[in-house]
Amino acid sequence: MIKVSNLCKSFGELQVLKDISITINKGEKVVVLGPSGSGKSTFLRCLNCMEDPTSGSIIFHGEDLADMSVDINVHRQKIGMVFQHFNLFNNKTVIENIMLAPIYVAKQRARKAKRNKFFGKPYDESDLIPFAEKKEEIRQRAEYLLKQVNLESKADNYPAQLSGGQKQRVAIVRALCMNPDVMLFDEPTSALDPEMVGEVLEVMKKLALDGMTMVVVTHEMGFAREVADRIVFIDEGRIIEEGSPEEIFNDPKSERLKTFLAKVL
Amino acid sequence: MGNSMGNFDKKVEVFIEEFIEHDGYKWVLEGLRNTLIIAVIGLIIGICIGTLIATVRVMPKYKRLPRILNSVCNVYVGFFRGTPIVVQLLLFYYVMLPLIGVKMTSVAVAVIVFGLNSGAYISEIMRAGILSVDSGQMEGGRAMGLSFSATMMMIVVPQAIKNILPTLGNEFIVLIKETSVVSFVGATDLYVAFNYMGSNSYEFMVPYLVMALIYIVLVFFISMLIKIMERSLRKGDKGIQSV
Repeated sequence: MIKVSNLCKSFGELQVLKDISITINKGEKVVVLGPSGSGKSTFLRCLNCMEDPTSGSIIFHGEDLADMSVDINVHRQKIGMVFQHFNLFNNKTVIENIMLAPIYVAKQRARKAKRNKFFGKPYDESDLIPFAEKKEEIRQRAEYLLKQVNLESKADNYPAQLSGGQKQRVAIVRALCMNPDVMLFDEPTSALDPEMVGEVLEVMKKLALDGMTMVVVTHEMGFAREVADRIVFIDEGRIIEEGSPEEIFNDPKSERLKTFLAKVL
Repeated sequence: MGNSMGNFDKKVEVFIEEFIEHDGYKWVLEGLRNTLIIAVIGLIIGICIGTLIATVRVMPKYKRLPRILNSVCNVYVGFFRGTPIVVQLLLFYYVMLPLIGVKMTSVAVAVIVFGLNSGAYISEIMRAGILSVDSGQMEGGRAMGLSFSATMMMIVVPQAIKNILPTLGNEFIVLIKETSVVSFVGATDLYVAFNYMGSNSYEFMVPYLVMALIYIVLVFFISMLIKIMERSLRKGDKGIQSV
């Protein structure tokens, strides 16, 4: 699904990621652990080029996302991302938040299809169905997904009127409504009150059971142990160790991981 | 004192006669219309130009095109903030137009110059507004696959406008009042209208008083309008609601 090779990232003089290579397979749940400042968030943000890699390659759908000439927006539409601080659009209601990007994409595709039709190039007939129908389809999907996270009653509320846990669930739904191939989670529960962590993790577990490919940066060890297919431990910009949850938690090999686990468990 | 107050009644009479019987009201209506046209269309042009410039200024500058655009914007803002609006009006009307050989009414010239001028000021107001919006909003949009400009227009700028509405209101009020300089290129605005009435009747006191009153009423209505707009824009906010 995503193949990262020799990824390096520097902010000025400071080198945050040093030669990271990893392959994320379809359907796999990868949890990234590491102390703060280790570069795990930066690694995740490089996967969809929210941070442009300094060198190395990220192959997704056969294209190198690190290449500046690639249309990154098209690929980001297939990579869902959930942030620590939710980043819901404050000027839109919940349902508008969810529908905004799918509508934008549908409009864009319709425009492109019309252009191709005009010039006699191949185009997808399904892009040309009337916009009202398309919008209704998206609305139904948005409402269905909202119902999945028990927030259908909040559809017309603004983000400011929601609790942190509710916001994060909306943010997950917003990413899901794009039908992504992979979901990236950047410390999704770190900004939440303890009692709200559970409801968000519950949604993520459900998502994992549905077979979504997920890359999760988190400090929730319980979640990592339960859901992860593979755990990657990053420190000082390098992958120190990776393996199944049993290997990582029960049989850590490196000294660095042992001291980390001793502190957090 | 008593004498001058007695005079005042007469002055009012002269003014009313001038206003109704000597077509003074036509002048005032035309002046009012022009003042509003210049200020409102000028403000709209200014907001469009200002938003564009502000967007260019906050664009990430890895590539060459944003850098070139940025220097163009610097020159533009530097010129329009560096010269008085009267000078810009005169330059446009008496230098630019003859040079390119285009004929325009003086009101049209005033609209364009006021639009260009306020664009330069609004660009900085708008930039502050854009910077006041949490960077997570842009990130959220970009991560969904929206382009920089689409995120800007749909997410960031609407929130920025909400934040800068009071300052934009200021700018609009300044524009309304500054229109009084368009007489330099021969357009009729409120000031010209009342000045005309004054010189017709050799009596300036009442016309100028009424003129000031009209400006005050105009500005009062604008302030009300802005308050109403702000209230409707803030409906998505928690916390401080009263404006």
